[in-house]
Amino acid sequence: MSADQILSVDHLSMRFGGIVAVNDLSFGAERRKITALIGPNGAGKTTVFNCITGFYKPTSGSMRLAHDDGHTIQLERLNDFRISKQAKVARTFQNIRLFPGMTALENLMVAQHNALMRASGLTLLGLIGAPSWRVAEKAAIDLARTWLERIGLLDRADDAAGNLPYGDQRRLEIARAMCTEPALLCLDEPAAGLNARESAALSELLLSIRANQGTSILLIEHDMSVVMEISDHVVVMDYGVKIAEGTPQHVRDDPRVIAAYLGADEEEAIAVMESGT
Amino acid sequence: MQTSRAPGVAFIFKKALISALVALVLFSLMIGVRTEAGSDGQLTYWTRFGDLAMMVATVFGGSIIVELLRQWWGPVGTVRVVPAQVTSALSLAGRLVAPVLLIFTFLVPVIFYNERYILDLGILVLTYVMLGWGLNVVVGLAGLLDLGYVAFYAVGAYSYALLATNFGLSFWICLPLAGILAAFWGVLLGFPVLRLRGDYLAIVTLAFGEIIRLVLLNWQSVTGGPNGVSGIPRPTMFGIPLSPGDDGLAAKLGIEFSPTHRIVFLFYLILALALLTNWVTIRLRRLPIGRAWEALREDEVACRALGINTTTTKLTAFATGAMFGGLAGAFFATRQGFISPESFTFHESALVLAIVVLGGMGSQLGVALAALAMIGGFELFRGLDQYRMLVFGMAMVLLMIWRPRGLIGHRAPTVFLERNQAISSDLVKEGHG
Repeated sequence: MSADQILSVDHLSMRFGGIVAVNDLSFGAERRKITALIGPNGAGKTTVFNCITGFYKPTSGSMRLAHDDGHTIQLERLNDFRISKQAKVARTFQNIRLFPGMTALENLMVAQHNALMRASGLTLLGLIGAPSWRVAEKAAIDLARTWLERIGLLDRADDAAGNLPYGDQRRLEIARAMCTEPALLCLDEPAAGLNARESAALSELLLSIRANQGTSILLIEHDMSVVMEISDHVVVMDYGVKIAEGTPQHVRDDPRVIAAYLGADEEEAIAVMESGT
Repeated sequence: MQTSRAPGVAFIFKKALISALVALVLFSLMIGVRTEAGSDGQLTYWTRFGDLAMMVATVFGGSIIVELLRQWWGPVGTVRVVPAQVTSALSLAGRLVAPVLLIFTFLVPVIFYNERYILDLGILVLTYVMLGWGLNVVVGLAGLLDLGYVAFYAVGAYSYALLATNFGLSFWICLPLAGILAAFWGVLLGFPVLRLRGDYLAIVTLAFGEIIRLVLLNWQSVTGGPNGVSGIPRPTMFGIPLSPGDDGLAAKLGIEFSPTHRIVFLFYLILALALLTNWVTIRLRRLPIGRAWEALREDEVACRALGINTTTTKLTAFATGAMFGGLAGAFFATRQGFISPESFTFHESALVLAIVVLGGMGSQLGVALAALAMIGGFELFRGLDQYRMLVFGMAMVLLMIWRPRGLIGHRAPTVFLERNQAISSDLVKEGHG
């Protein structure tokens, strides 16, 4: 295991009644790297995400987040909004969750809520229109403008988010998550429903986020072209357990991964596994 | 035209016939036969087939008219081509409505100085405009359905009434106190209902409104119970009473005293309070807290993922709305001079909520127009006696068919880069609770 991990998940388990969605899962995400979490449908990937981002409280296990300045946070001890506010973990959703009735610009402004609340003196300074608030508001708009430019939506800044094409909504959701200035960005199937051209643009965006912002990225993805192209490290899950881990090349050739994806029958899979190891 | 309408005729008649048949079955016993207890307690009955025939004929004719109207209007979702001049004229009119209305409101006491009835009605309308704007923060912006808004109105009114009668505090000291106390009760209500959504939230807020009313009704030693609080001091113009005496405002200004002065003063007082509500709400919408309220209405899960504390966000929405309700309540108490729990029934909550929904949730101008239509319109129909409610109900139903998202359904963005364009009501969520 590498020393410079931003996120280390240890023996994470999540049970819903009798169903074990995640069973004793351990993996890590390296700093300033893109880690992909892949696996067949129902493998428990989104459940892991919901645990990391505080939407579920894991049954057992620990998740440690190590910031750049060295202080660590146990994610399982924080709940819902504090994960984003204090631990600086941002996420997007499998089914896009923008604020459809607000403009693209407003969506990015809402994402800067906590910084702006401080700047507006918990609303009081803002209500009287204090100069410091005006400066902070302008800076927030500029940050939003920068992100709109990067995702190529500057000319649609004043359009309702719900009116944007699907691919634009996906990119806007990523930009919104980035406006919270996260240390770790968790993307739940960012390429779902995108065409080849849009997928390529997405890969480019994620690579530029890693390069320019130095944000570590953890993503769930089914689109293997995206995963193979941009990931530095791949973790493969099936039935709630980790079945393989390594570089994209290594994982792609792993017989257990092939068996899990192709749905080989049990004997065949065992045969493949034995021959592989 | 005639040929395309031809198959429609048979269809319309068939529909009207079915409606008439249903009416016949329904009304044959309800209207056709009249039963009463006779002098010895035996059942006497007689038939009223004439009335029945009239009723069925009305349904038949009515359903033909409705169907014709529908065909003229076209199928649901028909986009009517409106000439460009008409659209631009309409948008110009739309921009002018608010300033014209505001200037007219300022001039009302001047124009109608000698018409006490109009001035009183104006004060009443403005009170409801203020209540509507206050509730708009909770329902329209934050998307939290509050059926007990009258509770905060009551808290504000009783705060002023009790502080003024027991401790002799002046209106201008009690006014902020009433707002603060109402906001405090708003937070108190907010806490237990934070986890509730939709119908459940509505029921609990409804119960909260009733609890406040029942406490006011039964806590005799403090609130005077059903007798209410009387002798509430009239407001002073920053210490100068509006009375006929030597120290009154009229004597100080050297003009002849008239009771209308006080009415005009009250008019401008509630206008100032309402405009304060409006100004604060417009400012708050452009601040992070206001955007968080609207984001909460759009998607609560996404808010949490962005690090927004939904608990405090909801509580501030409840507190802000309650504060404006409390201020309006203090004004109500000083205007009436007497308050009792009877003024704070569920009917008031429903009326204010209807104003917000009718106006278009979230729209300041829409709420003002709806308050004018609801309160002013209700007075307008006074000549119709007992049919007033019927006409009023029908008008509301028609309006909701015509404009299901309220008079002004679109949403104005709080910040823009290039174009300040309204967002269609189809995209804006109503909130989950």
